[in-house]
Amino acid sequence: MNVELLTKSEVMAISGEEGNFTVVVKKDPRYVDMEKCIACGICAEKCPKKVDDPYNMGVSKRKAAYIKYGQTVPLKYAIDGENCIYFTKGKCRACEKYCPTGAINFHEKEVILPLNVGAVVLAPGFKPFDPTPYENFGYKRVPDVVTGLEYERLLSAGGPCLGHLTMPSTGREPRKIAWIQCVGSRDISRSSNGYCSTVCCMYAMKQALATAEHLSGGKLERTVFYMDIRTQNKEFERYYETAREKGVRFIRSRPHSVDPGHGGTGVQVEYVTEEGKPAVEDFDLLVLSIGMEPAQDVEKLAYLMDCRRDHYGFIATHPFDPAVSSRKGIYVAGAAQAPKAIPRSVTEASAAAAEAARSLSAAKASLTTEKTYPPERDISREPPRVGVFVCACGINISGTVDVNQLADYARNLPGVAFVENNMFTCSTDTQVLMAEKIREHNLNRIVVAACTPRTHEPLFQDTLRECGLNPYLLEMANIRNHNSWVHVGDPEKATVKARDQVRMAVAKAALNAPLEQPRVNVIQQAMVVGGGLAGMSAAINLADQGHQVALVEKSHRLGGVAWRLTETWNGLPVRPYLTELIHKTENHPLIKVYKNARIKTCKGSVGDFTSDVESGGRTRTLRYGAAVFATGAHEHEPREYLYGQDPRIMTHLQFDAEKREHPEGVEKASSVVFIQCVGSREPERPYCSRVCCTHTVHTAVKLKEMNPEMDVYVLNRDMRTYGEREDLYRKARERGVIFIRFTRAEKPRVLQEKGALLVEVQDPILQRPLKLPAEYLVLATAIVPNDINELVDLYKCGLNEDGFLNQAHPKLRPVDMPVDGLFLAGLCNYPKPIDEAISQGKAAAARAGVILSKNIMQLDAIKSYVTEKCDGCALCLDVCPYAAIRMEEHGSNGHTFRRVATDSALCKGCGLCESTCPKEGVLVHGFTLPQLKAQVDAALES
Amino acid sequence: MSTSFEPVIIGFLCNWCAYAGGDLAGVGRLQYPPNMRPIRVMCSGMVSPELVLHALKQGADGVMVMG
Repeated sequence: MNVELLTKSEVMAISGEEGNFTVVVKKDPRYVDMEKCIACGICAEKCPKKVDDPYNMGVSKRKAAYIKYGQTVPLKYAIDGENCIYFTKGKCRACEKYCPTGAINFHEKEVILPLNVGAVVLAPGFKPFDPTPYENFGYKRVPDVVTGLEYERLLSAGGPCLGHLTMPSTGREPRKIAWIQCVGSRDISRSSNGYCSTVCCMYAMKQALATAEHLSGGKLERTVFYMDIRTQNKEFERYYETAREKGVRFIRSRPHSVDPGHGGTGVQVEYVTEEGKPAVEDFDLLVLSIGMEPAQDVEKLAYLMDCRRDHYGFIATHPFDPAVSSRKGIYVAGAAQAPKAIPRSVTEASAAAAEAARSLSAAKASLTTEKTYPPERDISREPPRVGVFVCACGINISGTVDVNQLADYARNLPGVAFVENNMFTCSTDTQVLMAEKIREHNLNRIVVAACTPRTHEPLFQDTLRECGLNPYLLEMANIRNHNSWVHVGDPEKATVKARDQVRMAVAKAALNAPLEQPRVNVIQQAMVVGGGLAGMSAAINLADQGHQVALVEKSHRLGGVAWRLTETWNGLPVRPYLTELIHKTENHPLIKVYKNARIKTCKGSVGDFTSDVESGGRTRTLRYGAAVFATGAHEHEPREYLYGQDPRIMTHLQFDAEKREHPEGVEKASSVVFIQCVGSREPERPYCSRVCCTHTVHTAVKLKEMNPEMDVYVLNRDMRTYGEREDLYRKARERGVIFIRFTRAEKPRVLQEKGALLVEVQDPILQRPLKLPAEYLVLATAIVPNDINELVDLYKCGLNEDGFLNQAHPKLRPVDMPVDGLFLAGLCNYPKPIDEAISQGKAAAARAGVILSKNIMQLDAIKSYVTEKCDGCALCLDVCPYAAIRMEEHGSNGHTFRRVATDSALCKGCGLCESTCPKEGVLVHGFTLPQLKAQVDAALES
Repeated sequence: MSTSFEPVIIGFLCNWCAYAGGDLAGVGRLQYPPNMRPIRVMCSGMVSPELVLHALKQGADGVMVMG
């Protein structure tokens, strides 16, 4: 209601300043009236013009009347003016003729809209790299060479092969598929993209593993040609291990030539093995793992917005303000800022929202609107009077299902008081008529036989509310998506099924009762647990949004692990920023900092938590509506490589301190050796610590700058300088830092010989062992999460196998915890550099702000409830995944009994309790066992 | 004996995945036999063994729990 979507629109100009911009938007004609379009698809069916489908990367066709794909938002068709026959040749108008709602409007013109806004968020996305310049990789020249995105479409059930993978050349199933990584990434010879696109290693592996599901079985060989495998994100390293275990072959090589295979089908790939031997191999299909580039619009948009771009053309941001562009009031999210995958894009989108919320906090909620409804009618004493509305959906339903016969049938069902056929039940005028009929016939249960409740239930529920009926008295029979659309050739049986569906819905509706949506009085204050960079960023943003914040820190000072960092990877000193942030936090009028603090209890749930917090010998009771966990991590103390036995062997943070405190000693060193993955990517810690490669190359470059004569060696398993950090890796090589690979099976050995420290390693290129002298040996040790088991028990949230806090969804809800009202940020979630920790902190603040900005939160009514039949057997307690059920003891006159109680704020209505309970002691509103049985019985009645 | 046996199959579809998948099958016009009677549930875990047995006892030829 408070979001307006302007599709087919483009920004033409912007003026003004933070808090008061005027943005001029050009809205191109869609030629389809969005109010009238019901997305039936008849326009596309009748349109005679076929064009390459850009969504399927041109590997299939669509019509000039189209939707981009099935899940398009808003789900409304459009006419592609450039290809439409009417627009190009002056006649046709087939879509106009056949559109059942008269939605086609060829006279629509572009509209110029001036918008007055306080903040702007830029999220224009990226452009997939076009591999045509890599002639040697055969793209467009060899038919069976495709890009990663094209391959994605080939695998998709909605793609040109309907999910059954075939070779473009022959239409046969491929049996041997290869991927070439870093096409258009990490390459300054054929492209100018020196950065790592960060997503391609994972998508190639995902494709390799998913391929088997898209073939009919049998033998399948998958090979990935790579330079470094970069699985640095949460759970990615495990995925890599799985790919290896499942037989994906990884070859560290960059093929130099690709030619058509024998007889013009398949491909022949020539490459040099890691041992330096030439090799030729045939594959059926070759996938080029193309990288990301700034979208073309980015250049124009940044120019219009007067935002600075970086040397690769991505919109520039400051590491300490990761979602803020160079122009005040304009924020940025997603791959327009740097190449990144979904979780970081979503996190940054929330961080950008946090920045906008902070900037606009004075005007908060001044333009939001809320709808009011008449009081609800009491139907408790009325017998069911069911109204059935049968939708024809133009011909979408009526083309297959006999809707008139269906309506006649419905009239004779028990409890049915009124039945009507509608052409389009969802149209605005039908909603008005529906409300009239509800009042006129005193209906108290409504069945709409139409499309899916997943899209249309809210609309019809709203109509019920408008005429004083509880919205949960509605039931839908999905006779379109689950019937007429999928049984096109069988109208008779489809009509029988529709009758059954309506009968089932009527039977259930008769048992529907008015439900009350639980309301929570929100305590509009936040708690932040952990006072490092992420925690402070969250606290300050929440306080700037106007919320009181309690910041709980277990140690005696704020700042966390950032105190031990010298510089960000792009060379900015950390201390000045850190001290400023601490100052801001400690002096913010809305932030109360508790140091040496411990959370002792937690009661309540989303919107209203209560905790006892002990700090400085005193225990206080704090109430809060949401909490952000930012409990941090620390450097692992190694046991290997003679650590602790020789003062010259240090961890990264120790070496940073050494450089700060004894720069002259470090400068004089003639040789420094780094060993990577110390304690990471090992069986006992099978994850990548993510920040160490960048930390190492950053330090290595610094050492070379201090003393170009110094020998600097980096012993690594893969260098994982993702994104623009790749620049540092290249710079390190240019400065003469020597990178030597080792494997987990053949690790370096550290020796003390005659007082000298030596590192022995097998060089894979020279194929002989090397002995490197080390005046300093720096171990890039793992990052391990702080122990928060006590908190996890209190809040009933979860850790992954490595001890990092779990998010609600790894891609789409990256800062929400599975427990409602709890959010996370920083290292406690996974190792990450400063900019990402800050943006996660701000993102968590934005997400918490969604809860805290309202004083009353209305929850969905589909929740579990306890009946008189409960005898306290407690079977349901163990199965509830949300810890929403507790045992209570009741007693009167000396007689006590036990019965469970449910917490509607925690319950998600999944009904595991209902199906576990042997006696209907706990049920879910709207989906009770009697309701489900009524549907089953009705289905089987005929 | 009749050769046109038309089984009635009770389908329990999880609102968040299978039911949504059914909706998308519709959007994509993927055709399948009209023998299933869909019942939307909020999680396939909501479907108790008792409910499945009840359906079979009432004469269902098959029960599918999709989630």
